[in-house]
Amino acid sequence: MIKQHFEASAGYRKWTLGLLAVGGLILVLGFIFLGLSKDEHSQTRFWAVLLQNSTYFLLVVNASMFFICVTCLALGGWQMAFRRVPEAISTLVPVFSGIALVIFLYLIFGPNHHIYHWTDKGHIEHDSILKGKSGFLNPWFFLIWSIVAMGMWSWAGAKMRQLSSEADERPMENDEAKNFHRRNTVWAAIFTVAFGLTVGSTIPWFWLMSIDAHWYSTMYSWYTFASTFVSGMALIALFVVYLKNRDYLEWVNQEHLQDLGKFMFAFTIFWTYLWYSQFMLIWYANIPEETIYFKVRMHGPYRAIFFLNLILNFVLPFLLLMTRGSKRNYTVMTFLAILIVFGHWLDFYQMVMPGALGEHYSLGWFEFGILALYAGLIMHFVGKALAKKPLVSVNHPLLKESIIHHA
Amino acid sequence: MSVKKFVVGCFDDEKVLFPAVTKVRKAGYKLQDVYTPFPVHGLDKAMGLRDTSLHTAGFIFGLIGTTTAVTFMSWVFTKDWPVNIGGKPHFALPAWIPITFELTVLCAAVGMVLTFCYICQLAPFIKKHHFHPRATDDLFVMVIECTSKTNEHELKNFLDAAGAIESNIQVVEDGWWIGRYDRDQQLYKEPIVA
Repeated sequence: MIKQHFEASAGYRKWTLGLLAVGGLILVLGFIFLGLSKDEHSQTRFWAVLLQNSTYFLLVVNASMFFICVTCLALGGWQMAFRRVPEAISTLVPVFSGIALVIFLYLIFGPNHHIYHWTDKGHIEHDSILKGKSGFLNPWFFLIWSIVAMGMWSWAGAKMRQLSSEADERPMENDEAKNFHRRNTVWAAIFTVAFGLTVGSTIPWFWLMSIDAHWYSTMYSWYTFASTFVSGMALIALFVVYLKNRDYLEWVNQEHLQDLGKFMFAFTIFWTYLWYSQFMLIWYANIPEETIYFKVRMHGPYRAIFFLNLILNFVLPFLLLMTRGSKRNYTVMTFLAILIVFGHWLDFYQMVMPGALGEHYSLGWFEFGILALYAGLIMHFVGKALAKKPLVSVNHPLLKESIIHHA
Repeated sequence: MSVKKFVVGCFDDEKVLFPAVTKVRKAGYKLQDVYTPFPVHGLDKAMGLRDTSLHTAGFIFGLIGTTTAVTFMSWVFTKDWPVNIGGKPHFALPAWIPITFELTVLCAAVGMVLTFCYICQLAPFIKKHHFHPRATDDLFVMVIECTSKTNEHELKNFLDAAGAIESNIQVVEDGWWIGRYDRDQQLYKEPIVA
């Protein structure tokens, strides 16, 4: 008899509570000492860290649903044995959307213009570049489009999860299964199109690229997508390994783990390719309004983080995930998954901070405290979502393909 | 080239083939190879083959490509013929990465193909014995090499009992030689009449 129902162990609950308590405490302390501080840099630090974490983790959990939808569209069956894991992670999209929305509301309508310079009406008046962009880059379009995007992800994602629950009820007849598959395909396609129009283009322009509002790059959205998708795959791998260690997910084996590892490996390279394409063109053309983005990162105070970013997100995963043996090894995969999630968190850090704080940045108790808070939130909500449904949809038409999967 | 004796068993079903492979290995016979018309998942494991080292070779070829590209370009642009290109430094690493990448991929790919051909003894005009013409069509052909201790008739019966639809004993050369297929081996005994 397979263990179909996840129960959070005492250790899991203890860690969740601990991370939430520490993170919550640091959020309150941060609000008191930084958010309410008279020093503008401390205020900006408070909101910039919240912005970094809320956008990063929202896009990471959303990548889970994107993974489900593209594998569905590609007629993939291998992921069925652990599909409930990305499903559970994607239940966080509405939660993290809500948190991000609160932060955006403050940032675009609040008094602090250090992060989004383009929200300062007085400044725009005598800034011809921002004035020219104001048709797109204005508070209301930002807000409405963000809400539409979050709504589309949450709605189509909920629909996909609801469809997946249908496979729990009873075995399907042939025609029923075909109909089930067709509806899955339609909703996966709707999600993927919505995802492409938001994460693939506009949303990173709004949320992150507009921090450096005078600067722009056409690679930016893809770069952000690659960053969050590879971390999303790493997060799925972490939960799969955890559940496997606890004797759940009996049908998942090294073959599935290896394919998750291939995704992590491939999208690590994809991320590097986009990172480099953005960097090389700007470096080669050497136009001052473009190089300003890399000047502060490469030669300014962020030099260490800039190169650490490349080591954590390219060199280490590339060399360590290359062999078949390491992708099939639970310990190596866990280590690299944590490394990738942290590495891309740092990548988002260096996307947000130089434009918001410049040389007044710090990487200390508050930054890591908010990271802990988000880790706790993910553990709490994913644990809850995993416990709600059976861990495998036993009547799914493609489940057998996953059980006999051979990487 | 040496002439050796082989016992050949043909199977038409994977479900029969897998237990037969296990039985042959358990009985201690020397499995030469199993020829299949398409890649069969898990057969390498059933036969007890070790993982290929081709990817290690590929990694080394790739490293050779990377090193060649970087050393050659740095020699050309810093020592041999330094040119001021758009005010860039002579050692312009970002500009070299595309070429380094291309040469890495080229060396790894071509090197792996040639290594693969060498391992499999594949080359133009190289001839190897085909144990059964239908091995490329619809039959799984298991070939067992006879040692001095093997009783080939016993082995033939063993294969028949394991589910082979056809089996025979062949005394053939096991290496490769230069020649052409149509001269050395008739694929069909009777000419096909249209």
